[in-house]
Amino acid sequence: MRRLALALAGLLSFAAPALAAEGGPALPAQSWSFNGFFGTYDRAALQRGFQVYREVCASCHGLRHVAYRNLTALGYSMDQVRAIAATIEVPTLNDAGETVNRPGLPADRFRTPFANPLAARAANNGALPPDLSLMTKARAGGADYVYALLTGYTNPPAGVQLMEGMNYNTYFPGHQIAMAPPLNADQVQYGDGTRATVQQMARDVSTFLTWAAEPELEARHRMGVQVFLFLILLTGVLYAVKRKVWADQH
Amino acid sequence: MAHAPDIKPPAYLSKPAIRWIEHRLPLLSTVDQFVGTQYPAPRNLNYWWNFGSIAGFMLVVMIATGVFLAMNYQPSTAEAFNSVERIMRDVNYGWLIRYIHMNGASMFFLAVYIHIFRGMYYGSYKAPREILWWLGIVILILMMATAFMGYVLPWGQMSYWGATVITNLFSAIPLVGDSIVTLLWGGFSVDNPTLNRFYALHFLLPFVIVAVVFLHIVALHQHGSNNPLGIDAKGPQDKIPFHPYYTVKDLFGLAAFMLFYAYFIFFNPNILGHPDNYIPADPLVTPPHIVPEWYFLPFYAMLRAITFDILFIEAKLGGVIAMFGSLLILFALPWLDTSRVRSGKFRPRFKIFFWIFVADCIMLGWVGANPPEPPYTVYGLLGTAYYFAYFLVILPLLGWFERPKALPKSIAEPVLGGGALAGAKTMEKA
Ligand code: HEC
Repeated sequence: MRRLALALAGLLSFAAPALAAEGGPALPAQSWSFNGFFGTYDRAALQRGFQVYREVCASCHGLRHVAYRNLTALGYSMDQVRAIAATIEVPTLNDAGETVNRPGLPADRFRTPFANPLAARAANNGALPPDLSLMTKARAGGADYVYALLTGYTNPPAGVQLMEGMNYNTYFPGHQIAMAPPLNADQVQYGDGTRATVQQMARDVSTFLTWAAEPELEARHRMGVQVFLFLILLTGVLYAVKRKVWADQH
Repeated sequence: MAHAPDIKPPAYLSKPAIRWIEHRLPLLSTVDQFVGTQYPAPRNLNYWWNFGSIAGFMLVVMIATGVFLAMNYQPSTAEAFNSVERIMRDVNYGWLIRYIHMNGASMFFLAVYIHIFRGMYYGSYKAPREILWWLGIVILILMMATAFMGYVLPWGQMSYWGATVITNLFSAIPLVGDSIVTLLWGGFSVDNPTLNRFYALHFLLPFVIVAVVFLHIVALHQHGSNNPLGIDAKGPQDKIPFHPYYTVKDLFGLAAFMLFYAYFIFFNPNILGHPDNYIPADPLVTPPHIVPEWYFLPFYAMLRAITFDILFIEAKLGGVIAMFGSLLILFALPWLDTSRVRSGKFRPRFKIFFWIFVADCIMLGWVGANPPEPPYTVYGLLGTAYYFAYFLVILPLLGWFERPKALPKSIAEPVLGGGALAGAKTMEKA
């Protein structure tokens, strides 16, 4: 049995390099509340992160897979969600068939800041700000990467020539990124009195984006623990039954 | 069947109502003969024999979850990616179904690969089980086609570029290559028609696999399972009824395997995939490294190992031949292995080469995960060379030069230490 388990682990471990191979400096691993078997989201951090997204990132980045109604998971009441949704305008048709705007509803998905990718590029020096709904799943390192990216801006090392409109970032592949450092200290006013340092905002918005990408994470962990307990019990019982059935064979 | 079972049919079969049905549709007795008390199995199967039933279980899991995914998936380039996200976010327990399916593919391959290595170590492919072995390879090839097309469906970056790279391989075939590629694509690039036909085939092929699995089991039952000693059963004392002995052993193994599987579903669902597949497909942006799923990596490494022309065969075609040849050569294995001894247990030299072969496959997987540049290309070439040498040189010669150890007289002898049969339940008595 032990040999078998070892063999299984060995076979799977060769999948790992495929996933980590992407180059660039090693990402400092942060400790996140959502890591681990019992990981959950920190609601206060989620709300602060949402605030950072809304006040800073949303002018360039969309979040098209997330709907306003999903925000109740951050601890907002339905009335608060309605109020948040109502701050945006959604194009619709009136009875005469003309395009008019109506206030957003909880059922609407987050508004994307630009009408189309061309408009987005035109407004950003030719670079396309990617949608952030799946960002932490779409990059090796996930939340660690987003945090490292947001806090990784420095002056270029001697000898490095930045291209027009580019910024130096330690953790971006190739180091030259079109996004100017988006965070500056005290850029947002947190309602709960937390000081809005760059690190704090980066942490909060990384937490928020992880939730945006994996809203099911808490349910998944909770169910996973139950499934584990059940399967451990089942495996044990079946082992005992097996021993008993086979007793006359050994 | 190898041995007519001596065990009486279970009592419930003689109940009048059941007898009435059985007389018209012998369902229960068929099951009983297939995996029940009437199916004799060698008494000495070890845990490596669990992976066949685990693979069968995974096939059922894949079909069951796949059907529910299909109800919510939209096979169009415009909506495929979004519809998968809808499944993840808006369909009740959609995330669970998708993660079971996604990681299930990996678990299915893991079980099947172990099952195949087991067969190779214990010589399960040798006479009279050659067709059983062939059917297994057919299942493997069908699984690969199914998994490849399934990975295209979410229409992420790796879906799109993986499909582009792999379908393009067929263009290396002389004369008809380009036409085959056009046929696969349904046009002149990987696009909506490609996605549509892949979806249709991805839905269809698993049922073809079910049919071949059925034949695989029919072939298995003809002579029964091989066993760790690789010798034929000499009599009823060498066999025990499949039920309850192996049903309970399989269930125990299955539960342990599910524990392992559950770790991935619930706590690390994306570790076996590639992050790029969470970026929507973009024909204008090529990812820096295009890598397939882990279970294709050894074959991918062999594909890329041939970087030079061999006589009139161009490098690209050479790679394609190496990749497909690595699978097709398995069909000839029963004749390439010239040893009359089945089990590796009694073949001291074979053992060494076998484990090097396993290590070689794992190394090729590692090479496949890395970019095609030195030193990986060198390892890839060496690994490919050993892979083929194992089948074409080592196994044929070993049969002649190796001196196998003495085989035990019967299965019961080493298991029960000779005469210690008293009191043990075998196929002899009920
Ligand atoms: C002024 C517009 C602008 C703002 C504001 C902005 N970004 Fe960006 N962002 C961009 C652009 C443009 C890119 C594309 C950069 C590139 O490809 O070089 C980008 C890229 C990114 C990336 C992807 C990097 C990668 O690996 O490809 C992340 C993550 C990101 N931004 C996060 C954020 C977060 C979080 C915020 C809010 C704190 C934010 N951005 C605010 C314009 C912006």
